[in-house]
Amino acid sequence: MWDYLKLVVFGLFAVGAAIAANYAHDTAYLVNAITVMLAAGIAFLVVLRGIGEPKFINKNEYMDDVIRAGVIATAMWGVVGFTVGVFIASQLAWPWLNYEALQGMGNFGRLRPLHTSAVIFAFGGNALIMSAFYVVQRTSATRLWGGNLAWFVFWGWQLVIVLAAAGYVLGGTQSREYAEPVWYVDLLITVVWVAFLAVFAGTLMKRKEPHIYVANWFYLAFIITIAMLHLVNNMAIPVSIFGSQSVQVTSGVQDAMIQWWYGHNAVGFFLTAGFLGMMYYFVPKQAERPVFSYKLSIIHFWALIFLYIWAGPHHLHYTALPDWAQTLGMVMSIILWMPSWGGMINGLMTLSGAWDKLRTDPVIRMMVVSVGFYGMSTFEGPMMAIKAVNSLSHYTDWTIGHVHSGALGWNGMITFGALYFLTPRLWNRSGLYSLKLVSWHFWLATIGIVLYASAMWVSGIMEGLMWREVDANGYLVNAFADTVAAKYPMYVVRALGGGLYLTGGVIMCYNLWMTVRAQPSRVTSHSVVPAE
Amino acid sequence: MCAKRVTTKPGDVQTTGHSWDGIEEYDNPMPRWWVWVFYATIVWGIGYSIAHPAWPMLTKATPGLLGSSTRADVAAEIKRFDDANATIKQALVDADLTTVSADPNLMTFAQNAGAAVFRTNCTTCHGSGANGVAGKGYPSLLDDDWLWGGDIENIHLTITHGIRNTTDDDARYSEMPKFGVDEILEKPQIDEVVEYVLKLSGQEHDATLASAGETVFVENCAACHMEDGSGDITQGAPKLTDAIWLYGGSREKIVETVTYARFGVMPNWNAILTEDEIRAVALYVHSRGGGQ
Repeated sequence: MWDYLKLVVFGLFAVGAAIAANYAHDTAYLVNAITVMLAAGIAFLVVLRGIGEPKFINKNEYMDDVIRAGVIATAMWGVVGFTVGVFIASQLAWPWLNYEALQGMGNFGRLRPLHTSAVIFAFGGNALIMSAFYVVQRTSATRLWGGNLAWFVFWGWQLVIVLAAAGYVLGGTQSREYAEPVWYVDLLITVVWVAFLAVFAGTLMKRKEPHIYVANWFYLAFIITIAMLHLVNNMAIPVSIFGSQSVQVTSGVQDAMIQWWYGHNAVGFFLTAGFLGMMYYFVPKQAERPVFSYKLSIIHFWALIFLYIWAGPHHLHYTALPDWAQTLGMVMSIILWMPSWGGMINGLMTLSGAWDKLRTDPVIRMMVVSVGFYGMSTFEGPMMAIKAVNSLSHYTDWTIGHVHSGALGWNGMITFGALYFLTPRLWNRSGLYSLKLVSWHFWLATIGIVLYASAMWVSGIMEGLMWREVDANGYLVNAFADTVAAKYPMYVVRALGGGLYLTGGVIMCYNLWMTVRAQPSRVTSHSVVPAE
Repeated sequence: MCAKRVTTKPGDVQTTGHSWDGIEEYDNPMPRWWVWVFYATIVWGIGYSIAHPAWPMLTKATPGLLGSSTRADVAAEIKRFDDANATIKQALVDADLTTVSADPNLMTFAQNAGAAVFRTNCTTCHGSGANGVAGKGYPSLLDDDWLWGGDIENIHLTITHGIRNTTDDDARYSEMPKFGVDEILEKPQIDEVVEYVLKLSGQEHDATLASAGETVFVENCAACHMEDGSGDITQGAPKLTDAIWLYGGSREKIVETVTYARFGVMPNWNAILTEDEIRAVALYVHSRGGGQ
């Protein structure tokens, strides 16, 4: 009965998308509609072939196949996102890479959102969904709630990524930073996200442990807040049901404030809270040490959740935003410093008594460097939110450097650590294929980040100083083009750093692949651990 | 949230007693310094938000004890420079453009101001070195080849009203006919006249076609570009006898120009710049090398 309902839904979606494709007003919509038609068609066939087949599901085992898929997707989208990043970094250094033939599709303006979305939402998103499913099962000692709903979340998210990416290249965008997906992709995101929340919360509710582990607080806060941010920032009215373009409900400085309330908390909850959830599980597991302080985890959790949501206005210092909102944004950002550092302290201090592992275990080294970059970025962030500092750093490459020391250092490295942790366990392998390759990955990534971040610091501070330089009569000394020309060497170093980071990612993929292919298998229990 | 001194090593501290998938948590107190820095930022935050505009009320936000305002700050800074420069700006506006160079004080100011105005407004088309963009129709300002005249008055006029725009009635205007598109010339005639133009500019050309092209040139082009191809600055008709080409001097490019014509537009800067700024940038451009 349930299967037949699915057939009807998928069938209707396939036919509906075909009709929509026929009436499409723009290319982005056309390609997206055909993609949805194919996706729904494939889902229809898969369900149809499965009808009547007996299903054997051991309800006493963790649901790990969806997590294995998530591990593969995370690694793959990571390499894709890094590659686009290296390419667009090179386009900035060598503008001829904006090939004439690529105009309108492959120029920097079209590829930049492709890069940001690929690394944040495809690489980061898959890492978060996959690890949330893994962690919530282990720390609740129960199988995922909702059966195949977890698979819907996984495939739904991949569809979101493909639709958004194709849309960007073809011009389907809302032009809202980090919220570029057009209105119908936003609807799909909403459905997938609610399903994600249902699976996660449902699993928590049927947990066999008396308490909810701290990692799950962070995951839950991340899921709920992202839902709220997504809904508010994407209030738009489509121009046509058969077109990708829409009109935003809000306008002017209110709209800018909503966008940066969203934008900053995408960083705060997607890239910070969610990844702290990962940190709180994988660091103690890999270090085999207890978490440093339970008290600290409670206080810094609530402080972080309460404060982050107010910090958005610091993206609009010295704009049309009223002074009072700028002040509050700055003040909240600075008070946020210690709550952010609470996570770093708990991560690093968890290793006390196990520091010797840094020498022998490159995976834990990766996690430690990740927490270190987290601490550095969450100090740099509040500092840049100070208006006096911001008047120099705003609109410069310093911001790019800040974001990347956080993204490459914190989000990237903790995800790599989690992937190295998970792959042998999920595929029942006796260990990683090569620790030496992990070491190579570690050093390539670390050196890459250092090159990237320092190049952008130099470049950002230099252009900030050049922009504000005035002569004795109050006249500007430099033309904008002069600052662009002056940044060239730093742009080359940045592209080089990105290239090193990408190389590390490729090495990781090879290592993980060989772990699954060539390592001897190990018998491990996947049955649900009963509560103590 | 009390900050007790850590008297025991982490290893000696009790855990909270729970275990999740083997993970336990120590019952360590929060690091003392962490708590105090957190408190300090909160206290500072309250103080800062009392001193500056911060808390939204029913009709407007609290103004802050210091009464600070970013808008007022900007206005004050602009006024400071405006006041300081007022006298010399007025002197520049009152001066005779042709004799400014005799006044070193005024000339230095005009050079600095003009350079700044140029960097902010002109570099987009004319390049940060004033070298133009060869082949794209943005003239170099460094050479002595002037479309509308290179003396200080003509430069001033060009900047003030612009060229061929629709926003200023005083903008100087001329239009090259689209000889090919509007079928004024046949395709063979275009080829002939292009060979003649190549000959005028001393480039490699087909002598037979060029001599046929001379007639076409005299009948169709000489009215603006003059019979000897020396151009006419009163109507913005470029000189064709030198190696300087706005849109490229190759055979293909000249055929394109004759067929489709060109129509370079410059905005009228009197809508954006003040008279002293226009004068300053005119003097700056005039002194770049090619000024007559």
